[in-house]
Amino acid sequence: MIAVNVKSVLPAAVLAVVVSAAAWAEDNAGPPVSGQELQAKLQYCKTCHGVSGQGYSGASPIPRLAGQQTEYIENQLLAFTDKRRENIYMFNVAHVLSPGMRTALAKHFHDLNAPPSASASKELAPAGKKIFEEGVPEKEVPACASCHGADAKGNGPFPRLAGQSAGYIVRTLTNWDKIRGKDPANPDNSAIMQPVIHGLTPPQIAEVAAYLDYLD
Amino acid sequence: MKLIRTTIALLALASSAVSAMAFDREHKSLGQTFADTNCSWCHGPSLQGFTTAPRLAGQKAEYIQSQLLSLKSHKRDNPLARQVMWGPAGTVTPEVARELGAYFSSLDAEAANDGRRELAGQGQGIYQNGSAGANIPSCAVCHGPDGQGAGAIPRIGGLSYAYVKRQLEQWGQGYHASAAFPMPAVARQLSAADIDAIASYLSFVR
Repeated sequence: MIAVNVKSVLPAAVLAVVVSAAAWAEDNAGPPVSGQELQAKLQYCKTCHGVSGQGYSGASPIPRLAGQQTEYIENQLLAFTDKRRENIYMFNVAHVLSPGMRTALAKHFHDLNAPPSASASKELAPAGKKIFEEGVPEKEVPACASCHGADAKGNGPFPRLAGQSAGYIVRTLTNWDKIRGKDPANPDNSAIMQPVIHGLTPPQIAEVAAYLDYLD
Repeated sequence: MKLIRTTIALLALASSAVSAMAFDREHKSLGQTFADTNCSWCHGPSLQGFTTAPRLAGQKAEYIQSQLLSLKSHKRDNPLARQVMWGPAGTVTPEVARELGAYFSSLDAEAANDGRRELAGQGQGIYQNGSAGANIPSCAVCHGPDGQGAGAIPRIGGLSYAYVKRQLEQWGQGYHASAAFPMPAVARQLSAADIDAIASYLSFVR
């Protein structure tokens, strides 16, 4: 475990991620897809992610995509394809998508609006708000707001968290190392979450998740 | 005299209503009592079902509730639903639906094992992976890796081959499900061969 002063390193890390992402985005915008192809693919995505991209509690929590950052969606679709992010179902979905289709899907879901999940234990939310806004300094956990935005709506490659289902957030944070950054030869943006993953306790994860679950 | 007769009649009515409503002499639940009298004729004494009347044992409680109410409202409208279930479902109240859901979900379920064995492997592939090229989603994402269901999403592992096949075909033909989304649209994506394979696979899932 490398001892790093997060406060000094974080701004540089954020800058590095945003700059490299912007360059990447220009190179990878694919040719547009036909309306019919897109509609068929959207119906397929929405079977699991919901008619308004609001997510669903299926056999496991299926995340909300409505209002999500386009860059984040496209990054994740590539990560699934490259198996840097581990998910057998999403690998099947993602690896057949053309670059143009990825772009079109990301834009469509970004433009959708849906009410927040609003299904977690509400009494945990105030403690979650504190963690979101202030981090946990004694554990070197940065404030989530510093990358995800004060309104948790994300920025570029940093995903929107507002209104995301608590079940999905808890599962994602708890299992981060089993799911993300799975190709050691190709480390990706997911590494930036390491201080959070190692610093937050399970009760704190539940609190942050509950706060975000209700955020519009 | 009239008062005595009236009183006796009222008492008789009240006592018979009470015994019908709550428990019978063997203290069976309301759900079991109702099922024994109304459901087991077609769905079987242990509610394991057969090709025409699906297995109810071990089904998700929320799903049972939603289906009974959608049969009552005529949303679920395939031919057998119309002929056989619309009548009985008319007598179901939300309270009865809840009791039946609780009872059925508590029962052990057996797999029908009546599919075409040679198609089970192919069916498992479609069930787990879908087909992204053909825009067929993985069934497992909602119904679970073992077909166990979740909440209002039905358990489909072990249901009869003929029943599952018929449901998927009928949605493809335009009959309605209790919810407009997503199953009818998913079923329309499936080819006849896909349906045959999926229904076969599921019939063997414990």
